[in-house]
Amino acid sequence: MKKSLLVSSLFVATALAHVSFSAMAGPADDKLVIDDELEIITRTAPAEGHPLSEVISGWHYRTPETRALEADSFQNPGMLGVEQGEEIWNTVEGTEGKSCASCHDDAAVSMQGVGASYPKWDADSGKPINIELRINKCRVENMGAEPYKFDKDGQKPLTAFIKHQSLGTPVSLDLSQGDMQKWWEQGKETYYRRTGQLNLSCASCHEQNQGKYIRADHLSQGNVNGFPTYRLKQNNLISLHNRFRGCIRDTRAEFPDAFSDTLMGLEVYTTWRGTGLSVETPAVRQ
Amino acid sequence: MSRFLTTFCAFVAVAFVPFAIAGVTAPGDVVITALSVDKPLTDEAGNAESGKKVFANRKQGNCLACHANSDMSDQLFHGEVGPKLDGVASRWSEGQLRTILVNAKAVFTKQTVMPGFYTLDVGEDVRKDLVGKTILSAQQIEDLVAYLATLK
Ligand code: HEC
Ligand code: HEC
Repeated sequence: MKKSLLVSSLFVATALAHVSFSAMAGPADDKLVIDDELEIITRTAPAEGHPLSEVISGWHYRTPETRALEADSFQNPGMLGVEQGEEIWNTVEGTEGKSCASCHDDAAVSMQGVGASYPKWDADSGKPINIELRINKCRVENMGAEPYKFDKDGQKPLTAFIKHQSLGTPVSLDLSQGDMQKWWEQGKETYYRRTGQLNLSCASCHEQNQGKYIRADHLSQGNVNGFPTYRLKQNNLISLHNRFRGCIRDTRAEFPDAFSDTLMGLEVYTTWRGTGLSVETPAVRQ
Repeated sequence: MSRFLTTFCAFVAVAFVPFAIAGVTAPGDVVITALSVDKPLTDEAGNAESGKKVFANRKQGNCLACHANSDMSDQLFHGEVGPKLDGVASRWSEGQLRTILVNAKAVFTKQTVMPGFYTLDVGEDVRKDLVGKTILSAQQIEDLVAYLATLK
């Protein structure tokens, strides 16, 4: 093994001299303005300690047609989910006879900016909490209703509706709360951990190779500011933890449960990587 | 055989290793000298036509996911994560190409994103039904080597 490593440095030198890289496609030079009035921050300077020189939304890596869909809220198919979420917001459920609106009134006021600052620290559970789990907490503790199961019932539309109230607001986490820093560290480890038979980490695709094509897919930085996103391939809103699981599965690895400690850490870390990008929910992606 | 058994024990808790096939070198037994695997992995000569199919097949090599290849211009969507493979046989010897396919990390360092196609040196949490298995078979590697050798 030692021997092969020694020789390997020699080899890399010769290899590099021969390798010809194909032209990088890169992110599109374009601006996202929703309904000709709301300017979305899709490129920004990275947070301190970020490995990339610029943070770029996945929107820039999509085709002109897909980008146009997100720029027009009447054409954005994800807006149907948001409207569904609004209905759920106003619907009474559970033994307490309450809806979300009973406590929070007009979401446009009470939920403005909220989605841009999650995950937050939850002292009760001693863990970070995301919007999906916060909804479940309200259902159980304040409404006397069953918690939603992962990706079931109203979970995706209601999450999309709440995040949509922060459309345009830059993502910003408070890592000084509770043990958030520790979860950030753990999420970072997950991000760089190589998994599966294909032996790839998140960074293999979204850091080392962002801007390049992997077969028909244009690799973005894997930012999370648009979730739940509307995926044209699946004709549906896709939750963040579903996307995480899909990407891990693609390395031919076993994948963690939604909302497991592993994926909550990953959510904290990847959300931090997108610091400064506007919330885009519901983003449109292929 | 006793050598195979030793290697076998080194693969921790692997219940099933499907490499005890006559005339086939097990992944743990592949000898890499000066970064070249000179000895073919099987007794059967590689078939370039079959190798071409393994290259393009998404469930097998799926090489086009990362590499462009002008020899396959009839196929849509060539990736750009790795270098274009035009003329690859004039850059690397057959033994070196075999090494790259067996375990690209032996050639390009641990950092490479190219998967090792005939190695058990893989990532964590491998999908249960794939534990102890390689992505490609020894014969598929030989077929690929034969195919790549045509890209001059
Ligand atoms: C084998 C390559 C590969 C690996 C490894 C991988 N991804 Fe992805 N990922 C993709 C592709 C392809 C897409 C779709 C195109 C895009 O948006 O980049 C994607 C999309 C995403 C998106 C959606 C981005 C958006 O703008 O909507 C997120 C978030 C993401 N990945 C996170 C991750 C995380 C976290 C990991 C590690 C746990 C990971 N990915 C590992 C290939 C990969
Ligand atoms: C996930 C991406 C990926 C896949 C899949 C992949 N490769 Fe590679 N390959 C690379 C990268 C990246 C390099 C360049 C070495 C480096 O920088 O690490 C490379 C290098 C090579 C080289 C040396 C090329 C040169 O010009 O020096 C050959 C040959 C090669 N790959 C063949 C294959 C074959 C055949 C397959 C399919 C069985 C395959 N690769 C699958 C990423 C990949």
